[in-house]
Amino acid sequence: MRYSALKVIKEGLTGNRGWRPAWRDPEPRTHYDVIIVGGGGHGLATAHYLASVHGITNVAVLEKGWIGSGNIGRNTTIVRSNYLLPGNEPFYELSMKLWENLEQDLNYNAMMSQRGIVNLYHSDAQRDAYARRGNAMLLAGADAQLLDEAGIRELCPFLDYDNARFPIKGGLLQPRAGTARHDAVAWGYARGADSRGVDIIQNCEVTGFTIDNGVCTGVDSTRGRISADKVAVCVAGSSGRVMEMAGMRLPIESHVLQAFVSEGLKPIIPGVVTFGAGHFYISQSDKGGLVFGGDIDGYNSYAQRGNLPTVEDVCEGGMAIMPMIGRARMLRMWGGIMDMSMDGSPFIDKTSVPGLYFNGGWCYGGFKATPASGWCYAHLIATGQPHETAAAYRLDRFMSGAVIDERGAGAQPNLH
Amino acid sequence: MLINHPLLGLRDASEFVYLGDASLIDRPDAAADNAAEAFHDYLHLRDNPAGVHRELWYHEQGDRSWLIVTRNTLTHEITDVELARDAALRRPRTAGDAGQ
Repeated sequence: MRYSALKVIKEGLTGNRGWRPAWRDPEPRTHYDVIIVGGGGHGLATAHYLASVHGITNVAVLEKGWIGSGNIGRNTTIVRSNYLLPGNEPFYELSMKLWENLEQDLNYNAMMSQRGIVNLYHSDAQRDAYARRGNAMLLAGADAQLLDEAGIRELCPFLDYDNARFPIKGGLLQPRAGTARHDAVAWGYARGADSRGVDIIQNCEVTGFTIDNGVCTGVDSTRGRISADKVAVCVAGSSGRVMEMAGMRLPIESHVLQAFVSEGLKPIIPGVVTFGAGHFYISQSDKGGLVFGGDIDGYNSYAQRGNLPTVEDVCEGGMAIMPMIGRARMLRMWGGIMDMSMDGSPFIDKTSVPGLYFNGGWCYGGFKATPASGWCYAHLIATGQPHETAAAYRLDRFMSGAVIDERGAGAQPNLH
Repeated sequence: MLINHPLLGLRDASEFVYLGDASLIDRPDAAADNAAEAFHDYLHLRDNPAGVHRELWYHEQGDRSWLIVTRNTLTHEITDVELARDAALRRPRTAGDAGQ
């Protein structure tokens, strides 16, 4: 065992000089069975499951920056499977089950904390919608409880129940949901993949695809040309930029989503709480900071920072359900770039170019999907067939009409 | 972000509603043989550039005009704003205009 309490004590007494890097820093080889473009959470999970489930270990993960520099290190760490539609819910429930066993699988502390998520409702119509959603979750094997106002009062006594405009009447609780330490997830998957022989190559930007006679046979990168039997793109946020190099236009716009954290406070928020009348969600990190967010800014952006009207809107949402946070000070805020798809749902699919695979369009829900995204993408790459829970995530679904539109907002990415 | 409205001057972006790429002005021809494919591409596929982007903003909290804003998606810098109707009248009419 690489990490133990005994080792911590021993290293503490000897100046911490005995720790070794968790993964290698190899030079790229000239050929791999599979190249994964993008060393984010999904790319690393894909590499891990290719190696551990399918036995494919001649794999490279090419990362433009460093491991943990993208959205895997910028999200609000929420893990849940409370979706409605049959194209989505079994997939996210598979993810939930993988989360529950993630630390044992990786032998890495991802600080998985299943403290529950509650979606508040404020009207009869919203209660009906959440009852329906909860039933859909139960049918897919997930857990769900519809709570009335007394149930929510017991769980979260600090909310503003008698708000004149949006009184809190109850909520939909998923007890198994919660949070996980986001960058530990990246590091755990990186170590898991590396220890099975996967090459994780950082500071290696893909600059083009090698396409011979219509078949993708490798990539050009800032560290030279690398050939591969299969190239799997997994760069949500930059999907448009990367797939443009293969001559493809995608049903995706890139948008910025902001997130916020307060100063560290004593434990006050039991799990994840979301506002039903505005867009606001909040949890408390193990360090004590309140981690919260809301809507995307709503215009195309690759800037990794947003503007103040959205900050104001998010804070107003927070004040509307829990006025007590008005006394806390905001410590940090940042932005991440989202692949906003045309129906708010992702893609895990082959492309029109044989040998080239695509995973993206995760909107602002990619983190919770990390294990299942890797699992299903590895399944697709290894077997050539979509995994049964991800069979609906096709690139051609806007042509066929089989869209997965949870929000019902149509082809307007900034509304999903 | 402040948008320099051609008629009203600098206005806060929060007064506007964002639609998307300015190419949405150019509707395909609904009577063409490939109309289904053309409308699929028109409605769902985007260039999504990192850099200069021409896009449609609607001044809902103001004079309700449609604007074409030229903005850099990497820096949010706005370099040009014009009324969408000026741009639409300037371009040659297409078959797609007939159905409107």
